[in-house]
Amino acid sequence: MAKKFLSGDEAFAEGVKLARPQVISAYPITPQTIVVERLSEMVENGSLKSEFIHVESEHSALSCAIGASAVGARAFTATSSQGLLYMAECLPYASGGRFPIVMMNANRSTALPWNIYGDQRDSISQLDSGWIQAYAENAQEGLDFALMSYYIAEHKDVSTPFMVNLDGFVLTHTYETVDIPTQELADKFLPPYETDNRLDIENPKNMAFSAGPEHNFIFKYKEHQALLNAKKIITEAEKRFADIFGRKYTGLLETYRTEDSDYILITLGSIAGLCREIADNLRAKGKKTGVVRLRYLRPFPTEELVTAVKNAKAVGVLEKDISFGNEGTVFTNVNSALFQAKTVIPSYNFIGGLGGKNISHEDIENIFDLIENGAERVNFIGIEGGD
Amino acid sequence: MTEIIWLGRGGQGAFTAAKLLGAAYALKGDNFYSLAFPSFGPERRGAPVRAFTKLDIKLIADRSETEKADYIIILDDTLYNDSLKNLLKSDGKIIVNSKREIGGNSYIFDGNSISEKLNLPTVNTVMLGAISALSEIVYADDLHKAIELYMPEKIQTKNKQAVDNALKEVCR
Repeated sequence: MAKKFLSGDEAFAEGVKLARPQVISAYPITPQTIVVERLSEMVENGSLKSEFIHVESEHSALSCAIGASAVGARAFTATSSQGLLYMAECLPYASGGRFPIVMMNANRSTALPWNIYGDQRDSISQLDSGWIQAYAENAQEGLDFALMSYYIAEHKDVSTPFMVNLDGFVLTHTYETVDIPTQELADKFLPPYETDNRLDIENPKNMAFSAGPEHNFIFKYKEHQALLNAKKIITEAEKRFADIFGRKYTGLLETYRTEDSDYILITLGSIAGLCREIADNLRAKGKKTGVVRLRYLRPFPTEELVTAVKNAKAVGVLEKDISFGNEGTVFTNVNSALFQAKTVIPSYNFIGGLGGKNISHEDIENIFDLIENGAERVNFIGIEGGD
Repeated sequence: MTEIIWLGRGGQGAFTAAKLLGAAYALKGDNFYSLAFPSFGPERRGAPVRAFTKLDIKLIADRSETEKADYIIILDDTLYNDSLKNLLKSDGKIIVNSKREIGGNSYIFDGNSISEKLNLPTVNTVMLGAISALSEIVYADDLHKAIELYMPEKIQTKNKQAVDNALKEVCR
């Protein structure tokens, strides 16, 4: 293993390199650009043996990756924001075709007003596209996701594309120390991609076909089952990862001091660290506070979430997302999980960080205060009364 | 946690300095953690740039831009203004690369003279040497190692010299 001082984008590129993708197709967009720049340099200098395809758009980037995966190649692409939205037509082609492509998405706001800073409205708008969706908290987790995502996506019980999300700038452009595994250990963790779901002239079969109402329905059911199967394979991949690399992850979500918490803040991505710090500060003042970090939004950690928060007096959901005219989508998902389990706890939604707005210490202290003392259903951090 | 804000103009290498300081600190050992990041957004040559280094002996959870710094290091003295003291902790210090009196309690350091003598187009590693001498957060050896790891080979010698010359100047 080698320790290096890298940005989230650079760390992710190192992780992708270790996964040995045979085809990389991408179009640059801030704040994703550095990932594909580094990968293109690695291919150019021969340290990564891969076909790098400079395409003319994100729509083509994913189309290329689908074509590569359809002949049994391990494929990688990366995008952000409007790029992901331009790709949107192809997302269900990849998931419906059961092509286990890995994509890094640098979370960034969507226009208008045009903005290059980080929020999570881009990826969350694509939750129903049939992709696995994971969210990293730091550069190390990003690198580790790059490796683990292929193991999970390519597993025969899953065979589903995987989107790894890194908060734009806060993760993609922040430098920190990252442990880079050796290629030897990475190869031990991740075997070459083998699949029957590929174009094979020795054994020709029909792929990427159309299906009428009767059969189409069964395909969609199987897609859903595959995403649910991913839960088990995520656990398996993390155990294997810990055995080989010694770093442990906690599945679909990560809990912090939730066992005896009265007030729990549920969130995702890079803001979780600050939430834990504030929870500690409040604990020192006698408040029983805790944090849940959702590592995956698809599959959604329905049971795990209920187990983590069921004894709390109230919960809050902090997200960099809003489904206009309703509430934050993560909040909707959280409430659904609680309701299904007949767990009735007051829950409040906190919308923050849209368009890259900073979420401060005081903001998170206020959020915990509002969780304890009651708030509106949907609260925009820093905007009094919401108008 | 020690927090440093770097102020410079696009092209002066403020972010490179922020990154080298973070890397040098992390190189001290397993229990030394650092984050380095630029003020987020588009990059333009000549425009004011901010960069941040955060250093601690535990994992750094707070990734937001520094609101109260231990040090503000200014590479271009036209970027100095009195309100910068609002961004300082009570015992925080401002270090300005300048040949003239700036006012306030700023520490003036003539970094340009050092970089000019070395024929270096940037003053960032000179100021890195100055902060190292004034703060002792990192030592010359740590900075040399960081330069060897993260700067292109052909500019390493001059930049290491810049660090050393600045250190000598501060200690003089």
